[in-house]
Amino acid sequence: MSKRPDLMPGTLDMMILKTLTRVPLHGYAIAQTIRQMSDEVLTVEEGSLYPALQRLLVEGWVEAEWRQTPQKRRVREYTLTQAGRAQLGVEESRFAQMVTAITRVMRDVEAEA
Amino acid sequence: MGRVLRKLKRLLGRGRYERELAEEMSAHRAAIEVELRESGTTAEEARYAAARRFGNAARLSDESHGAIAFGAETVAQDARFAVRQLLRDPGLAVTATGILALGIAASVAIFAFVDAALIRPLPYARPDRLMDVTESAALMPHANLSYPDYVDWRRLNRSFSALATYRGDGALLQTGQGGEPVRLLKVSSNFFSTLGVTPALGRDFRAGEDAENAAPLALLSYEAWQRRFGGRRDVIGQTVMLSGVATTIIGVTPASFEFAPHSRAEFTVAMQPTNGCDKRRSCHGLMGIGRLRDGVTEAAAREEMKSIAAELERRYPDSNRGQGASVMPLAEAFSGDVRPVLLTLLCGAGLLLLIACLNVANLLLVRAEKRRREMAVRGALGASRIRLARQCVTESAVLTATGAGLGLALATGAMQVLRGLVSKDMQEGMPFLHAIGLSPHVLGFAAGVAVLAMVVFTVGPVLRLPSAELRDGLNEGGRSAAGRVWRRLGANLVVAEVAVAVVLLASAGLLTKSLWKMLHVALGFNAENLATVQVGASSTVFDTNAKQAAFARAAVERVRALPGVEQAAVTTVLPVTCNCNTDWIRFVGKPYNGVHNEVNEREVGAEYLQTLGARLTRGRMLNRDDDARHPRVVVINESFARKYFPGEDPLGKVIGNSTLTQESLRRIVGVVADIRDAGLDAEQWPTEYEAFAQSPDNYFALVVRTRGDAAAMLPAISAAVRGLSPEVGVDGEITMTSVIHDSYSAWLHRSAAWLVGGFAGLAFALSLIGLYGTIAYSVSQRTREIGVRMALGAQRVNVSRMILGEAGKLSVAGVALGLAGAVGAARLLHGLLFGVEAWDAATLGTVAVVLLIAALGASALPALRAARMNPMDALRAE
Repeated sequence: MSKRPDLMPGTLDMMILKTLTRVPLHGYAIAQTIRQMSDEVLTVEEGSLYPALQRLLVEGWVEAEWRQTPQKRRVREYTLTQAGRAQLGVEESRFAQMVTAITRVMRDVEAEA
Repeated sequence: MGRVLRKLKRLLGRGRYERELAEEMSAHRAAIEVELRESGTTAEEARYAAARRFGNAARLSDESHGAIAFGAETVAQDARFAVRQLLRDPGLAVTATGILALGIAASVAIFAFVDAALIRPLPYARPDRLMDVTESAALMPHANLSYPDYVDWRRLNRSFSALATYRGDGALLQTGQGGEPVRLLKVSSNFFSTLGVTPALGRDFRAGEDAENAAPLALLSYEAWQRRFGGRRDVIGQTVMLSGVATTIIGVTPASFEFAPHSRAEFTVAMQPTNGCDKRRSCHGLMGIGRLRDGVTEAAAREEMKSIAAELERRYPDSNRGQGASVMPLAEAFSGDVRPVLLTLLCGAGLLLLIACLNVANLLLVRAEKRRREMAVRGALGASRIRLARQCVTESAVLTATGAGLGLALATGAMQVLRGLVSKDMQEGMPFLHAIGLSPHVLGFAAGVAVLAMVVFTVGPVLRLPSAELRDGLNEGGRSAAGRVWRRLGANLVVAEVAVAVVLLASAGLLTKSLWKMLHVALGFNAENLATVQVGASSTVFDTNAKQAAFARAAVERVRALPGVEQAAVTTVLPVTCNCNTDWIRFVGKPYNGVHNEVNEREVGAEYLQTLGARLTRGRMLNRDDDARHPRVVVINESFARKYFPGEDPLGKVIGNSTLTQESLRRIVGVVADIRDAGLDAEQWPTEYEAFAQSPDNYFALVVRTRGDAAAMLPAISAAVRGLSPEVGVDGEITMTSVIHDSYSAWLHRSAAWLVGGFAGLAFALSLIGLYGTIAYSVSQRTREIGVRMALGAQRVNVSRMILGEAGKLSVAGVALGLAGAVGAARLLHGLLFGVEAWDAATLGTVAVVLLIAALGASALPALRAARMNPMDALRAE
């Protein structure tokens, strides 16, 4: 019954926010975008996507709206809010800090060895 | 803040939210399908693949939901689910709730009485510092106080910041319709201030207003103020005539004021030591109340009062020889004699509750067994053990809460019923009865009981949840070793139930036997068709001995003339009332060591002993000649003769008071067989019967032997006496059989017997139901085994014998355990038993036999059903 997420929950939220910076997207499109941009490396489990989207909605970082596609289908599109934009900045810098720190450790340990 | 609001918004629009989520997810799934089809897979496969990749939609929805739900939501969800589960088996739910409600109702109702009588503090200021202070005598450790002693005690003591005294009294209130007998409370001036009670209207007594020459003052009781004076504020300063004494009303006591010993008193009068008794140190008619000083303990106060009493004994040997002191908490003095009964009832109710809980626990265990497979499946599907345990807890909680709620409702009804059982006279001494209700203590008790019950109910099913070995639960039959242990647990519960039922039944049997013995105790007189009334003649009008004696004679003559009356006579105290109104005697011609010889003193009319039907054993009864002009005589009872004249003839001997003054000397002219003076279970004291004409009084009782129904004659008797003079009051009309039947000790024993009997009956029924249920369940569990046995050649009778044997073992074990417990319980009941031993063989034997036969009957049905099973069906059963 334990979950083995492919992505760390924090990074998924960040990536979803990033994909929404330019245009509003619906759930399927967000998953596709992440897959394509990462060269098929990162597959977002749909099982992780929707809970994450709900979380972002509750925090007020995205907004959702039902729309009609040109193909006459009803989809729910998510838009980044001001607060979400700010949060994205925060998470980006935090992530960058983390990556730098880990890289430094790996390089130093190698140097030692 | 914004988060919470958004969460709330989602929760409120939950239905729509879930629909939208479902729609969104299905659209996503459709898009994946399209994608897969475009990359070459078939439509079918695409759909399956999409669904698989998408994962468990239900769980996703759940988790998405979980992201936004509050914690409390799951509890509410659990509760709803628990209710649904319980309703799936309505029979069990109703039975369990009903049984639990019964147990809780009984214990809560009895506890309400215990709380009101024993736990609730008295309604005075700092009631734990108030002590009942009085004298003690050789025969009576809790006796009365005399006024001169009280004055000295108040002066000499250092333990009490205030010492007050009181006694009950009666008077004739002059109303428009003549004299109406009313009850008074006579108190020292510091009475209310000692208790810490301030009047609702007017003022309290001031120091010195109880002096001999002070103007007579009184406070009105709240009830009398409303009833007699219409609640008018101008009552202050009004004067009322109490037995010819003009008394001014100076205040009204608050509505909440209650004083148990004399709760019906309408007037509280400042005690003025004018009458003869108050002036004599040897006349003890009062009680005292003291407020302990800060820092003084009850024991220290008692020591000091005892030493003061000893000092007085040295100073006044004639009057105070053998008089000690008694100090006890006021609450204990007020309700001490009701404590054993209430505690017994509380234990009985507690045992009933125990049986109820055991029964319900058994039912739940059986249910847990049946659901093992369901639980195992749910565990396999992903429910954690915590979740399953939480569900068990929630189910128990729902069950207990419903049962407790129902029980509380039943309890309020039961409280009213029980209160109605208390007769009017009894209620007078128990003013706390009107405080009985769902007080905080009672609700706390109910909550505590409910929590305890819940724990008991949860432990079994939770421990029974399937552990890692899910296979056992999923397997058919599930006959593991663990299963047998748990079946045994069910059986053990039944043994406990039967044992508890035996204890209750035996206790009820012993109490009933005690009651019967008590009601049939030898009275020494014929109590049938005997009417009695209390008569009070105004002491201002009938002020001399001659007038009082003449009035009594006139009353007797008038009543005797009524149709339907055979005989009539007077007495100062009725039989079967109390060991009271005592006298200290000394024997002429015998050495006297100063020790007080205390006997019951009764002043009776000439025909009294004959009217009662007493049996004369020596000499003669009193007659008309024994009046003021002739030498004083007295008739004694057998106990007197035995105690003071062992082996000699008492006739002709002379007795008198402690100093053998001339006018106190009286000659013994006859001996009668003991007439019961005090309560049915009290000991028989020596009694002397003096001639009323030689020692009359204003207040006396009239006993009338009627030809027909005594109760019907009471109004006529009352009217006849009242008709003699407007200065005369008549009350307390009651037949002798009522006096006996409704006497305090009879009532106490009767209530105990009835209530414990009721509990025992319920426990009996519950234990039989529990036994039946366990045996029936056991049979259903062993269906296949029975089928195998039958197929292998066992006869029907062998099968039924096997089942009955199992039931028999349980019953015998239960009964044996119960009998041992019953003897122990009877030891505790010791104070309530009268004329029966704790190990009364007849009662215990009867209970054992009755229970065994009933158990046999209860298990006969499942046994027969087992015997009648078709082996083929049995083998095929799951």
